[in-house]
Amino acid sequence: MSTPILEVIEVYKYFKNVKAVDGISFSVNPGEFIALLGPNGAGKTTTVEMIEGIQKQNKGTINISGLNWAANESKLHQIISLSLQETRFIDKLTVNETVQLFASFYKLPRTRVDEVIEIVALQEKKKSYVENLSGGQRQKLALAIALLNKAPLLLLDEPTTGLDPTARREIWNILMSLKKSLNTSIILTTHYMEEAEYLCDRIIIMDKGKILAQGTLEELLSANNSKEIIEFATIDNISEQFFCGDGIYKLIWDENAFTGKLIVKSIIEQLPIFLQKIKENGIKLTKLECRKLTLDDLFISMTGKHLGD
Amino acid sequence: MLNRSFLQLILVQIRDFYREPAVLFWAFLFPILMAWGLGIAFNKKPEVTKTIALVINEKESTLDFEKLFKNTQYDKKLDSLNDTYYYNITYGNENLGLTHFRLKPVSWQQAELLVKRGSASLILATNEGKLEYHFDKFSAEAQLAYLQLTSLFNGENLYEQQAVIKPMTEKGTRYIDFLIPGLIAMNVMMSTMWGISYTLIEARSKKLLRRMVATPMPRWEYILSHIVTRIVLCFAEASIIFAFAYYYFDIKIEGSIFAFIILFISGIIGFSGLAVLIASRTAKTQIGNGLINLIIMPMMLLSGIYFSYHNFPDTVIPFIQALPLTMLADGIKAIFNESAGFAEVWKYIVILNAFGLITFVIGLKYYKWY
Ligand SMILES: Nc1ncnc2c1ncn2[C@@H]1O[C@H](COP(=O)(O)OP(=O)(O)O)[C@@H](O)[C@H]1O
Ligand SMILES: [Mg+2]
Repeated sequence: MSTPILEVIEVYKYFKNVKAVDGISFSVNPGEFIALLGPNGAGKTTTVEMIEGIQKQNKGTINISGLNWAANESKLHQIISLSLQETRFIDKLTVNETVQLFASFYKLPRTRVDEVIEIVALQEKKKSYVENLSGGQRQKLALAIALLNKAPLLLLDEPTTGLDPTARREIWNILMSLKKSLNTSIILTTHYMEEAEYLCDRIIIMDKGKILAQGTLEELLSANNSKEIIEFATIDNISEQFFCGDGIYKLIWDENAFTGKLIVKSIIEQLPIFLQKIKENGIKLTKLECRKLTLDDLFISMTGKHLGD
Repeated sequence: MLNRSFLQLILVQIRDFYREPAVLFWAFLFPILMAWGLGIAFNKKPEVTKTIALVINEKESTLDFEKLFKNTQYDKKLDSLNDTYYYNITYGNENLGLTHFRLKPVSWQQAELLVKRGSASLILATNEGKLEYHFDKFSAEAQLAYLQLTSLFNGENLYEQQAVIKPMTEKGTRYIDFLIPGLIAMNVMMSTMWGISYTLIEARSKKLLRRMVATPMPRWEYILSHIVTRIVLCFAEASIIFAFAYYYFDIKIEGSIFAFIILFISGIIGFSGLAVLIASRTAKTQIGNGLINLIIMPMMLLSGIYFSYHNFPDTVIPFIQALPLTMLADGIKAIFNESAGFAEVWKYIVILNAFGLITFVIGLKYYKWY
């Protein structure tokens, strides 16, 4: 096993009355692409900002290549690079000038400016003012700046939040090709399960400052391997006891929307029984969908709420 | 010191400055308009017109009233605008300029209205053949009108007596000579406080500051680049104001230009320190806005920019003189109008630099980078 580039050990961060980060531990190996997945307020930003040295933990240890912020600040600025959740750059500066400014902080040559602008495909916007960029283009600019110093550890805080699907897809493609071409470890925070599934080697699921589960997508789902979902909607109310019996783990019933999720062992076995019951009780179905368990289902079964909420 | 990132930081701010048309207006055009407007308004006034509200007692006729100023020349003129008439009496002499009094016959209510609106400062009423003057005893303008009118009705002219009156027109004694150095000083304050404080607070509120300190950029370099940029921009702004005043009002620097430059830079340093201190904690631009106004407004009013602070009570004058803007303005005025040099302004230079340094150090100590 290689030594991890990042070790987070029993880290706590409390604000006045919020436990933003409540004792988390994880590590990242060189070249690994990690997703910190969790809903708003889960503590993702606080976690990455502690790794970035922007916030200080109340308790716990953060090791980056064996270094810590208290003793190795200037070295760590070279090892770490980042994009913050919502940085706004200077409106009246062009893309090129903005990247050049940051390149000068790292004492990098002009050629590197062109390189990163090319990586994020902003060549055509080089001379545009930052204020005229779209949301996706701004995120690309933030990403270009994060790529400048070829840091071995890259932290991206919600790089696609608020973007439309096309723009999100573009960022994903850039990140995918980076993953292939560089030996960089990336930590990306998101509340989009598809993003974590698509991009990342390993997923850390967070909620209320705690890590609920971590592992590869397969690992996460295989713990619940034998679970499948029958999702349906009706025009009638249904009692919890209505569906029970062998092979049914749980009914998640939304009494406001009249939608239900039946977590079952096997769709093939349970679907006929389900339909039989519907028919016998004269219930009107408006929707029926059978599928494998997803990360979102997993999250709901752990917390009782959706990731996006 | 002059490495690439430092130059980049300065360049960024200068670009940010000249690409914003509104900033250009406030930095360059506004002070000139101000100097021009005030310079015109308070300078040469060869002829002025003063309206006097004339309230005539019902029992008397205007003819009786006209007898009152039998000693002077007057014309009865028709105001074609609203078909009323007024008496026009001209007073003064060629040398000092002429005052035209317009005595407008009106009712008491109308007279009060004219005073409230500021179009007349004095009400002249008749009461059984006697004149009554009604005016605000604190108004110098009304007092002057009263004196002029009484002398007029006595058939005398205050300005044509034995005393020798010589108007002062030399440079350095006009209102504009008082105003321009003050405007240059005030511009240093405005430019520095808004340019540095506001930019720093905005960078913090946009999380730009956070992003920048997460790079190897030295923090002092960032702050210092703002001060250096401000010195460059303040010189540009002051040159334009001065060039305008030089050509339009014939303003000159009578004293040491070198002392002026050093004093000017000291002023920028003084206000830069204050600007950094103001910006040290705030993350909201609205609060920053309020804070900056809180600091600059009192100084704008007290420091003798538009009118002399010697009108304030003696007890507060030492406090006013201790304000940085007062020191800068007084120093520049002394150099411009009183041929002063280092000997006269070194104290201001030392104090402004010390003030800047102390506020800068405190500001930096408590500076919130994240
Ligand atoms: N500076 C702060 N002061 C007080 N509470 C904070 C602060 N920063 C974050 N929090 C709280 O900590 C929790 C986690 O926030 P955050 O890390 O931003 O979550 P996420 O990035 O996952 O949305 C939230 O409840 C948030 O309100
Ligand atoms: Mg966040």
